[in-house]
Amino acid sequence: MVDYRYDNQTVKGFVISSIFWGVVGIVIGLWISVQLWLPSWNIAPYFTYGRLRVVHTNGLAYGLGIGAIFGISYYIVMRLTKRPLLFPKLARFHLYLFNAAIALAALSLFAGMNQSLEYAELEWPLDIGVVILWVIFAVNIFGTVIKRNEDQMYISLWYVLATVVAVAVLYIVNNLAIPAGWTKSYSVFAGVNSANVQWWYGHNAVGFIFTTPFLAMFYYFLPKSTGLPIFSHRLSIIAFWSLIFAYLWTGAHHLVYTPLPDWIQTLGIAFTIFLIAPSWGSVINGYYTVGSDWSKMQSNYLTKFFILGITFYGLQTVQGPTQGLRVVSQLIHYTDWVPGHVHMGTMGWVTMIAVASIYYIIPKIYHTEIHSVKIANIHFWLVLIGQLIFSITMWITGIMQGALWKATNADGSLKYTFMDVLSKNYPYWQMRTVGGVIFTIGMLFFIYNIIMTMRKGSLEPVGAKA
Amino acid sequence: MAGNLYNKPVLFAIVAAVVILIGTTVTMFIPMLTAEMHPKLANLKPYTALQLTGKDIYQREGCNNCHTQTVRPLKTEVMRYGEYSKAGEFTYDRPFLWGSKRTGPDLARIGGKYPDQWHEIHFDSPQSMYPDSNMPVYGWLKDNKLDPPSIEHHMKANDFPTTPGEIAELKAKTELDALVAYMQVIGTAVTGTK
Repeated sequence: MVDYRYDNQTVKGFVISSIFWGVVGIVIGLWISVQLWLPSWNIAPYFTYGRLRVVHTNGLAYGLGIGAIFGISYYIVMRLTKRPLLFPKLARFHLYLFNAAIALAALSLFAGMNQSLEYAELEWPLDIGVVILWVIFAVNIFGTVIKRNEDQMYISLWYVLATVVAVAVLYIVNNLAIPAGWTKSYSVFAGVNSANVQWWYGHNAVGFIFTTPFLAMFYYFLPKSTGLPIFSHRLSIIAFWSLIFAYLWTGAHHLVYTPLPDWIQTLGIAFTIFLIAPSWGSVINGYYTVGSDWSKMQSNYLTKFFILGITFYGLQTVQGPTQGLRVVSQLIHYTDWVPGHVHMGTMGWVTMIAVASIYYIIPKIYHTEIHSVKIANIHFWLVLIGQLIFSITMWITGIMQGALWKATNADGSLKYTFMDVLSKNYPYWQMRTVGGVIFTIGMLFFIYNIIMTMRKGSLEPVGAKA
Repeated sequence: MAGNLYNKPVLFAIVAAVVILIGTTVTMFIPMLTAEMHPKLANLKPYTALQLTGKDIYQREGCNNCHTQTVRPLKTEVMRYGEYSKAGEFTYDRPFLWGSKRTGPDLARIGGKYPDQWHEIHFDSPQSMYPDSNMPVYGWLKDNKLDPPSIEHHMKANDFPTTPGEIAELKAKTELDALVAYMQVIGTAVTGTK
């Protein structure tokens, strides 16, 4: 019962905030998925596809993703350093500032304040806010780790520290801009060079927001919830260093066949192929960890969230490098295949690991058990089915689009107009909405389960029982 | 030695930063210092105030979420859209607007392809021209007047040449005029450089 020293209020605050912004982001995701097959759902000026899509991506990457990263990293870091956060009041301020920033960010994107850099759309005043949030996070993480009561830093701490360092560099460089008023700026980088900077950032946002912090959670919560030690410490060392080394070379695989110099494209593609190895280092470590006792898949409801999550991570990190190859890229790039790929990562890997971590944390800090394992299982199957419908539908239509765009008649002329191909997408776009609705229903089961668990437990430890 | 690294967080963070900066330096910082990343076609001109405003509206409305602006050097793509994109066409784009998804068609060669009136009708109701189109309507842009002082500020931030006369003329224009003016200049610098 040393738990009382940990700042569970802040962790809880971030977890709830992250779920809240997750709901906002998912609802807008459903909305834009309908807009694609029902354009009358565009309500100008604030709720057109062009504005809502960035609210969707930013709301989920920053609101759900970063919110979960802040809260769950604090939770993990306190346990692995065997001490409370060094600056608990700063962490509380961090929580309030985070929510204020996300709310303002959403409003600014509805209003069309947009730098047009994917996953870095926010205009410069909000960029400064994001940097302040990150500095606060860094100060508390590094301070707490430096003043730790446990000599060795466990694998999860490596991933958290690497995340703090890498995101700082990526975010600041890519957002450098010349302000032209409070709501408008022009990038310091232009043309081909700006494309190279943006995708160096864009791909590493995937690497250091959607990968390393969630690997930190995976390496912490998988052994915690199964009671099984990580299979290989040595493998985790190799995988960690080769992952953070190789990721930074790969951004140009987003720019295959563009005017970016060929050598940068080729280098990016080559390192992308290499990246399969460290990614699968973690996949194998996860499989072999549970491999010592596969009955955990049945006896512990969280195990399947982690194992399916790492499986989608494994599939994602093979599919991604495949897409980078020129011969594949020329077919599927710019098609709906790509959202199919992205959503396997976000719905299959990131969300799966985040919800599993939250399922572990909430009963712990509320000194109780999960409200219902049965509801958690329903949640699991619904999000799994919803995500598979989404991704598989998009892969099918993506290949169709790519192939029809290239199709030629016997005389060499193009067989289909752009509109011919677009028309064929409608049933797939509708099916994608169905997948999204199923996924959303699954997430509602999750939220209900979490709320009920909070209701029956208490943040205060039951003194008499201790 | 490795053992030391995992109980020294500051050293660990420094080593991690160095590891991260190697790929960053080779693929991003070093190319930035070379001329091949800053090419400019001879025909390429800075945007006029009206065109720049159109580009700003294109960004505000998130057009780049559905339209790319880069034609790949692939046979059928050149047949569909026109001359493949050259590195020197984007010198005045801060940032580039190549996009990553073609829900709608590529626009890299849209400039001069249709008359202004075509665009006005199409923005007003894409479905009137293409019943199966899923593009949102943008006719409402013609109800929005331009704000010349802020546009002058935008021109200065980009270091584009302008005159008081050019800025004064903007008073009579709408956001739709600006967006159409931008449409008509996209990809036109490539003419004659084949």
